[in-house]
Amino acid sequence: MRLIKTILPSAASVLLAASPALAEGLPADPLGSPMWEYHAEKLFTGGPVVFDNRVKVILPVIAEDQHVVPVTVDARKLDGVKRIVVFADLNPIPVAIDYRPMDAAPFVATRIKLDQRTPVRAAVQLEDGSWHVAGDWIDAAGGGCSAPPLSRVRGDWADHLGEMRGAAWSDGNSTRLRFGFRHPMDTGLVENIPAYNIETVRVTDAEGREVASMDVYGSVAEDPAFTLVVDRDGPMEVAARDTSGLEFAGELSPASGKRLSSGQ
Amino acid sequence: MRLSRRTMFAGLGLAGVGLAGLAPALVYAEQFAGTYNPQAEEVADGIWMVRGADEPIAFANGGAIANTVIIATNDGTIVVDPGPSLSYGKAIRALAESVTGKPVIRVYITHLHPDHSFGAGAFDAGIVHALSATRHDLERDGEGFSDALFRVLADWMKGTTVVLPQGDVTAGKTVIGGRKLQLFALGGHSSGDLAILDEATGTLIGGDLVFHDRAPATPHANIDGWLSALDTLEGVPHKLVIPGHGPIDSGNVAIPQTRDWLSWLDSMLNEAVLSGMDMTEAGATEIPARFANIKVARYELQRSVSHFYPGLEAELLPMVGS
Ligand SMILES: [Zn+2]
Repeated sequence: MRLIKTILPSAASVLLAASPALAEGLPADPLGSPMWEYHAEKLFTGGPVVFDNRVKVILPVIAEDQHVVPVTVDARKLDGVKRIVVFADLNPIPVAIDYRPMDAAPFVATRIKLDQRTPVRAAVQLEDGSWHVAGDWIDAAGGGCSAPPLSRVRGDWADHLGEMRGAAWSDGNSTRLRFGFRHPMDTGLVENIPAYNIETVRVTDAEGREVASMDVYGSVAEDPAFTLVVDRDGPMEVAARDTSGLEFAGELSPASGKRLSSGQ
Repeated sequence: MRLSRRTMFAGLGLAGVGLAGLAPALVYAEQFAGTYNPQAEEVADGIWMVRGADEPIAFANGGAIANTVIIATNDGTIVVDPGPSLSYGKAIRALAESVTGKPVIRVYITHLHPDHSFGAGAFDAGIVHALSATRHDLERDGEGFSDALFRVLADWMKGTTVVLPQGDVTAGKTVIGGRKLQLFALGGHSSGDLAILDEATGTLIGGDLVFHDRAPATPHANIDGWLSALDTLEGVPHKLVIPGHGPIDSGNVAIPQTRDWLSWLDSMLNEAVLSGMDMTEAGATEIPARFANIKVARYELQRSVSHFYPGLEAELLPMVGS
């Protein structure tokens, strides 16, 4: 909470200095966020920006636990999606994930930390460079980014670091991957705990071809979890790397989801 | 960039607590609270119920969402769950003394949640009793609750502090001013849930173990424990049930309804995890038609997803990799 107070004024001064030319090209923010132009200027290079309700950003009615706020982005109504950036305007670390679904559906779900009431948005970039943006306000009581993760408090984070759980559910054409890693996802905003987070996730198929990849930031929740839908059948290799260069990887085979669904 | 202990505690407290359902929209503009005007309805001989709003905690209702019970005895008045704030507790005290004509001599707090417990400051701390588990819970979470309630309820909370119950309730029979009461030390909605039976009238005060036509809240719940507590309550002969939230029940529907909701929730969440659903997808699950008349169902369902989903995934999804 104190964090926001120290960070927002500097951001606001940047906002004042933002180039008027770009601000003129931006559509007015339907959410009325004080940080819209600031983030838009930094993120939306390479094409025009439109608010587009074909991008679905699904949030709960309330951020019950602001350390673990689920966000689902479904842009399957759009063709030619090459990037999905999920960000929260008023978070000290605004961007949570930057997803590139190469051979995957433009659909992603994860959990993020929120420090206060903020817009949460998805910005979807198409192959023509244009950005399609949607989102909504969500309330949070504070402390999601500026409080230490629970495993730091318990002290057991290192015992399980990188443990991966997950499964794959295939319908014959596409495969839903649900997976997560044990990781503290330290933001660097808590005293005496430097930033330490998973920074990339890559999905490859059995032939080693990259199917999807994602940059991951410290505003993703502790023990980060992801749902992706790849346009392939068969086993997928998921590999994550953190900011100290540690790699965590595992194979998700469609048999795993079948087993779970049938209760075996 | 120094974080005070208080700041860190507040954040963590909220994580564990997932406080009480704070309605998102009403946070900013309101500063000036109104006045509480609780109404007592006599539901059995010498027992009055004060109904809370069947809503989330919000500025508009001043946090007065839980039911309060007033019991007359020969020696004075018993209050069960004095509500969310000091001024609500004071209003309850005045109401109780006006309907019974006798001063309040005992306050029972059924469990830690602030919509039930935070009115305790209106009474002498020595007469406030609860299960020892509840006192420990309030020691741990009280300040976090307080931060969250002040933020949402603003002036309604003026003067409210965390009051720890001084008396530890033990299970069994007790007599106060000629009233024979049975006290049940249960759990499941939280780590300590007190239920009270008034023997003369057969009135069972369920606390938040029993919800009625209002969806159960689960921030500290253990569903298996809750279901077995419901079995215990069902086995206690009674004529009336006063639930923690929702209308009085004289037809034996509130306990089965609470069990039905919790059982459905439990199997729905398990199935969602096992079929690879995300939290937001689980939160959008269709609510069965038999729960159509249950208030704030979608809201509590989504809160419950938040309370249980990460733990269920850690339990049910297989470990992969090395
Ligand atoms: Zn409760």
